[in-house]
Amino acid sequence: MSTTATVATPFTGMLRRAERAGLDDIAQKVLAGTRLSVEDGLRLYEADLHVVGELANHVRERLHGDLAYFNVNQHVNYTNICNKLCRFCAFQRLPNQPGAYAMTPEEAAAKITAQLGEPVTEVHMVAGIHPKLEYSYYLDLLRAVKRARPSIHVKAFTMVELDQIAKKAKKPLEIVLPELIEAGLGSVPGGGAEVFADRVHKESYHLKISGDEWLAIARKVHQSGLRSNCTMLHGHIETKAERIDHLDRLRRLQDETHGFQTYIPLSFHPEHTEMADVPGPTALDELREIAVGRLMLDNIAHIKAYWILMDVPVAQTALSFGADDVDGTVVEEKIYHEAGATTPQHVKRAELIRWIRDAGRIPVERDTLYNVVWADETGDAATSI
Amino acid sequence: MTDSATRPTHDVPDRSPAPHAHARRESAARNGSFAAEVERIGGLVEDGRRITPEDGLVLHEHADLGTLGRLADLVRFRKHPHRVVTYVVDRNLNPTNVCITDCGFCAFYRRPKHEQSYVLPRETIHAKMDELRALGGRQVLMQGGHHPYLKSDWWCDLLADLRERYPEINLHALSAPEIDHLSRIEKRPVEDVIADLLGAGLGSVPGAGAEMLVERVRKIIAPKKTSTDRWLEVHRRVHEAGLRSSATMMFAHVETAAERVEHLQRLRTLQDETGGFTAFACWTMQPDGVPEQQLYPERATPSTYLRVQALSRIYLDNFANVQTSYVTQGLKMAQITLRFGCNDFGGTMMEENVVSAAGCFNLSPIEAIERQIARADFAPRRRNSWYGIVDDRHDERVDGPRGPMSRADGASHGAVRPEARRVLSSGTPAVGGRA
Repeated sequence: MSTTATVATPFTGMLRRAERAGLDDIAQKVLAGTRLSVEDGLRLYEADLHVVGELANHVRERLHGDLAYFNVNQHVNYTNICNKLCRFCAFQRLPNQPGAYAMTPEEAAAKITAQLGEPVTEVHMVAGIHPKLEYSYYLDLLRAVKRARPSIHVKAFTMVELDQIAKKAKKPLEIVLPELIEAGLGSVPGGGAEVFADRVHKESYHLKISGDEWLAIARKVHQSGLRSNCTMLHGHIETKAERIDHLDRLRRLQDETHGFQTYIPLSFHPEHTEMADVPGPTALDELREIAVGRLMLDNIAHIKAYWILMDVPVAQTALSFGADDVDGTVVEEKIYHEAGATTPQHVKRAELIRWIRDAGRIPVERDTLYNVVWADETGDAATSI
Repeated sequence: MTDSATRPTHDVPDRSPAPHAHARRESAARNGSFAAEVERIGGLVEDGRRITPEDGLVLHEHADLGTLGRLADLVRFRKHPHRVVTYVVDRNLNPTNVCITDCGFCAFYRRPKHEQSYVLPRETIHAKMDELRALGGRQVLMQGGHHPYLKSDWWCDLLADLRERYPEINLHALSAPEIDHLSRIEKRPVEDVIADLLGAGLGSVPGAGAEMLVERVRKIIAPKKTSTDRWLEVHRRVHEAGLRSSATMMFAHVETAAERVEHLQRLRTLQDETGGFTAFACWTMQPDGVPEQQLYPERATPSTYLRVQALSRIYLDNFANVQTSYVTQGLKMAQITLRFGCNDFGGTMMEENVVSAAGCFNLSPIEAIERQIARADFAPRRRNSWYGIVDDRHDERVDGPRGPMSRADGASHGAVRPEARRVLSSGTPAVGGRA
């Protein structure tokens, strides 16, 4: 009897609080591991933040305990030239615009070589849709990077870039993907998903692939044996219903392929974009988005609080609102810094470890595929504060 | 698109997270040996009961950030059921940086005769006050170093001058160590110093110089500064004189977790006695370029601040208001703290010379502060030094009843002599008393 009481205690409190917030049915589902419906998801946006956060934290701890993942990575944004004119982007440049650039494969490789003294395990390589780059460029880029650091994992090319690469190759993706893998591609990042809804697509990024196309490419990526991440750009013109629809579509594809490793809610940064009048999400909105993502995406293992976007206070707090990953050391982030992000452009590994410990979690350095590179042997998160 | 129908779904293996041999998979906060204790203490807080120093330490050491935030939020909304966040249009004014206390964590002060030492001429002070008046300011936070030759008469003259020229601006001035310093260099009781300052126009007393109210810590970080008991004694005398004051804590340097709780406990005890504190604010030590930087650890990360800030809201059950520290933590953290126990944004400051001398500078214009509050779904409202709302937008339905509007109202709301306290504490004073 007493044993049951001890075990039940934390859940009893959580259930009581959920009941008070009108979420008792959702809390029961969360405890039972039952899938939340789209309607449930919408209610998560209306309910008290702490109650939603506690439910999300429950799922997060059921999956990962106190572990919080990070990696040692670097970013290479090989070109900012882009013809998609997305209204929420401050990174893009037209080919003749001042500040436009495109790296040669050798220049990109030099960025890798410059970090050889650091224990980098991953390069995150994404860029604009440069209409003039040929298929061979992308293959050369992968090869050059792998030559510069053979052990590095290349996480490169969003679904949007893959669509462009296949067009340039004039071959179906099913053929192109194995060739990219052969050249060094290790996995695919989650960007370019934006918000899948057709209305949002038409109004803010109509020149780019639609939500359906993004999902179709992701399916092919997963079928090729590659893992990918997935994202949602929130806090611009989308409605809450459109966000939940987005998450639901990700969840359905994941049921089919199991290819998504991590979901990353991306906060819209308005500065220098065509939507500079939209304020972007608040810190509290960002915490809620993490929590909603954790609760809705019951089949995706990891939820990332991308520190460079959210800033450290939010990322640390998010580790108690559903997130289990903070991304990495990120040498030289450009895309969000063009849109006003003021976070440092890279941090030391030791600093990431300190952030995670101070947030009451146990830091685990992972590689891109979540193999453990280093785990904190001292291990006791709650007393390491 | 049709590929999915033709291809079996097990092409990609389901790689759920790899098991990690070295690290536990269960959460310490939920399943560790203190989980039941944290739950019990959380129950006390939910029931509106007081927690002990031991309970406070358990929460500090073993509660997860989410639990601390939830409990702090509960206490905050219990005290302030209206979705209002207040701030005061004020400015910092540091009349002198000359100081003989030599605190190793302070990058602001200069020794007497140092080439960068200063005492602001009266015209400069007037010019700064004029700027504040133009903004509709309600308070000037005026504190400085412990100057060996500036005595009560200098301060009284300044206070009386400002009182007369700027009657609408409250003189929130002279921290407890400064008042103690005057009493020491003039060799007379602190009550007399306070009476003179009060007579000259002092309106309320800031909570600075508390640092860590634990002697072991003070001996290390500020051996020449007013002692713990003396700091508390000065505030007691201030309250007895009918003035309100605020309280602070500077942490994340050489103190232990238990000492943080000890600090909060001392403040809570004095507040029980006098009811004279309006608010509490805490911040982490800013270590860049301070004289004894080698003594201090790296700048604390935001989570450490958030944890202690939430704990202080839970622990200080007899404090009406808890301020966020956007100046040291930035606006993003400030917004989070509005759901982690804070109901006040502090002052607009206009200038900041003390923590900014130690590598920290996050001053924000009034519009940015208003925007942050509003976007976190609270009504931003201007207040005065006694936490009365002084804002054209005041609406009782949204904001709740007005608090004290003046020093006199403030006194009747809680800053009372001990003998009168018993009578008042049975009622529910709107500000300062235990809710």
